[in-house]
Amino acid sequence: MELLNLTAVKLAEKIKAGEVSAVDAVQAVLAQIEKTEETYNCYVTIDREGALAEAERVQREIEAGNLTGPLAGVPVAIKDNMCTQGMLTTCSSKILGNFIPTFSSEAVVNLQKAGAIIIGKTNMDEFAMGSTTETSAFGATRNPWNDAHVPGGSSGGSAAAVAANECFYALGSDTGGSIRQPAGYCGVVGMKPTYGTVSRYGLIAYGSSLDQIGPLCKDVTDCATIMEVIASHDTKDSTSMPREDYNFTEALVDDVRGMKIGIPRDYFGEGLDPEVAAAVKAAAKVLEEKGAIVEEFDLDLVGYAIPTYYTIAAAEASSNLERFDGVKYGYRAEDADELHRMYKRTRSEGFGPEVKRRIMLGSFVLSSGYYDAYYLKALKVKALIKKAFDEAFAKYDIILGPVAPTTAPKLGESLSDPIKMYLGDIYTISVNLAGLPGICLPCGLDEKGLPIGLQLIGDCFAEKKLIQAAYTYEMARGAFEKPAGREE
Amino acid sequence: MAKEYETVIGLEVHVELASKTKIFCGCSTAFGGAPNTHTCPVCTGMPGSLPVLNKQVLEYAIAVGLATNCDITRYCKFDRKNYFYPDNPQNYQISQLYLPICRNGYVEIETENGKKQVGIHEIHMEEDAGKLIHDEWEDCSLVDYNRSGVPLIEIVSEPDMRCADEVIAYLEKLRLIIQYLGASDCKLNEGSMRADVNLSVREVGAKEFGTRTEMKNLNSFRAIARAIEGEKARQIEILEEGGKVIQETRRWDDAKEYSYAMRSKEDAQDYRYFPDPDLTPIVVSDEMIDEIKAKQPEFRSEKMERYKEQYGIPEYDIEIITGSKRMADLFEETTAICNQPKKVSNWLMVETQRLLKEESMDPEDIRFSPENLAKLIALTDSKAINSSVAKEVFEVMFHENIDPDAYVEEKGLKTVNDEGALRSTIEQVIADNPKSVEDYHNGKEKAIGFLVGQTMKAMKGKADPAMINTILKELL
Repeated sequence: MELLNLTAVKLAEKIKAGEVSAVDAVQAVLAQIEKTEETYNCYVTIDREGALAEAERVQREIEAGNLTGPLAGVPVAIKDNMCTQGMLTTCSSKILGNFIPTFSSEAVVNLQKAGAIIIGKTNMDEFAMGSTTETSAFGATRNPWNDAHVPGGSSGGSAAAVAANECFYALGSDTGGSIRQPAGYCGVVGMKPTYGTVSRYGLIAYGSSLDQIGPLCKDVTDCATIMEVIASHDTKDSTSMPREDYNFTEALVDDVRGMKIGIPRDYFGEGLDPEVAAAVKAAAKVLEEKGAIVEEFDLDLVGYAIPTYYTIAAAEASSNLERFDGVKYGYRAEDADELHRMYKRTRSEGFGPEVKRRIMLGSFVLSSGYYDAYYLKALKVKALIKKAFDEAFAKYDIILGPVAPTTAPKLGESLSDPIKMYLGDIYTISVNLAGLPGICLPCGLDEKGLPIGLQLIGDCFAEKKLIQAAYTYEMARGAFEKPAGREE
Repeated sequence: MAKEYETVIGLEVHVELASKTKIFCGCSTAFGGAPNTHTCPVCTGMPGSLPVLNKQVLEYAIAVGLATNCDITRYCKFDRKNYFYPDNPQNYQISQLYLPICRNGYVEIETENGKKQVGIHEIHMEEDAGKLIHDEWEDCSLVDYNRSGVPLIEIVSEPDMRCADEVIAYLEKLRLIIQYLGASDCKLNEGSMRADVNLSVREVGAKEFGTRTEMKNLNSFRAIARAIEGEKARQIEILEEGGKVIQETRRWDDAKEYSYAMRSKEDAQDYRYFPDPDLTPIVVSDEMIDEIKAKQPEFRSEKMERYKEQYGIPEYDIEIITGSKRMADLFEETTAICNQPKKVSNWLMVETQRLLKEESMDPEDIRFSPENLAKLIALTDSKAINSSVAKEVFEVMFHENIDPDAYVEEKGLKTVNDEGALRSTIEQVIADNPKSVEDYHNGKEKAIGFLVGQTMKAMKGKADPAMINTILKELL
């Protein structure tokens, strides 16, 4: 259907012009969900009635001239780790299987103020721990390009929903690549902003010092537009930072002349699929032809990023997830006759294996006698990684590389070997450790017809450079193909 | 020969800060609300909620640190202390381990052997937990999170104290400093000041410390003194019998005057402390310290000096009045209205002290206002009421903070100044008591006192004793 193929910004323009209504848009999305959701399982919760009612309200506001923003009336999907007032928020975990928040996360509030209509909550790896969306307690999500493959993760439901036209755009969260990698696997655009740009208030924490909310969407224009709406300085989040400039759409300029782009040799070593390498290098060539100065360089410490990340993220997660104990909300084991048995059984039954693995890992690295050797050392390496990036950004405006070593693996291939799954995060996690912004956009298909993701990394607060380079590449690349498997 | 032992004591003192809102959210810290009415997503540990530091808490902590000669940590952080318990909604307490806000201070106390410094190892900020209520009838437990997130500071002393008297002197000194700062009301009985006692004994002359125990649940100075004596005796007895003191936490039962072990070091928990990633490090600037210094109030010793010069009241009075911030404030505010320091001091020294003692009240809980005390003094000055009526009125005022003018009017307590009425009453008293009249004429001066008393009784207390005296002497 034509309407569904519109980008979020184009749809909003048509709504504003009175060519279609917000209700039409929601109905179109719900119709598409009817057709494809059974196959892809993008959502944990679909709020059909709520979305239609909200669409009617928003439509009236648009007609009354009260809602004039560039996303007014556009249906959005929200990753299920962001609190939505009155709407189930599960983190794809049994332990929060019945949890209905009393407040909405700040990013969601910002969207709603701009006239966004929430279709539902998207599936994810349980508590955002995973790279495939297979660790969800509510079943795996499948990749709309080929449903035998995973959509990536942890924001796999959001990425797949955008690719499957089950929404016009979505919010995801990125702790170690959880927006960028599924965007790459699903052939959509995903951005992880500089740490502190989008409020974490209402985002159910995984690794608090690494988590950032960001958009998953159809093109770079949508990405910049969504960023403008969700980014804000929020006094409810101590790590939220005021920025001088929120005009991300200003950077939608088709020009990279003189821009310095560095390609880390370390990102093209062992383990990288040759098809992915070729597509990413070809993308770099495109930017060079558009006037950018492209160079290869050595980015130190890449090899240390994975152990550092899994130490810090697991440590924080082990503490962040302590509050899920059956006392106040969520799942509680039945018939436990004593407090500690209730805790143990609730958490044993409520959490899945990957979450338990990371809680144990995190508890271990924080335990007395090991803290200095693991956690403290990881913090020191984190600081060194940041320094290595600082040095790189003294020379380059942007760092360019792949988002993942391969295209989307088949379902079931990754979980059997967690270490292999962790290694798949190699290109994305150092960005989180250094608090940097990163964007992923599709740059080709492999032989199997699966999308390949191009990742651009910027210095802190340099989202506009990323947007400009990504937009320029997108203009040169032309419209990206549609998923072959997607039912229309 | 019996061995001689020395007691070594260090204290961990928790003080609830006086900020109107909690340490990491905007909820009220007011005492006594209906369960879970002073709560929000932050202090109930709802998923997605985040803490934001209340600046007032930081300022109070720094003020206490400056007043106790501490170094202020210019780059400080909060840490998470992880442990599972339902009163702790996140299952971690936000506290400070690695970089506490204040370190390396001291307070000076008076001891039998003169002045002594008690070192302060550190002061850190942390959040209080909620309260568990065990319902025996329903066989369930309920949690009230009103207390969750109430700001505390923990003041950790060095092991510098050697006896209960020093401990009490240290606590009283701390309490006064903090009360003067307005940082807390420091009430032990209500738990806004709590002290845990770390105690060990060793032979006199020994260099190493003995194994210490930590004593909890001490909610009065008396309980602290008794617990110290009890624990000292217990440890000495163990050592005398050739045993070893076990490092453990003990709970004092003041009614039974006995402590029992709560948990030993073996089952001590691993709290897995690490810096809280939700809170950014605090950078304390010179300007902030200067600002807090400028706001430091007049402390007790300065106040005592000033009282001597400005008010000319006895040193003993000054000692008692400045011993409580509330008393000192009352004294100054009342004197500012009536300009009669000696009379104000008398009310605070005699009647107020008597009633505080009778009611076992903390001076911080005094309810009557300086305006009302000044009015009462004015009533006695103008002889509108006599001193015994004034005491009656004061007692009502002490309990209910009534307006003395209105009360005296309403109850008809004013002294009768109608000389005619008084004269006829006295004539009647003289007629009724010929024996006393005779005694008086025979030179028994005391007899007149009886006649004055009889007159006062007939006047229902509402007469000026001086006036009775004059008329009596005239008629006799």
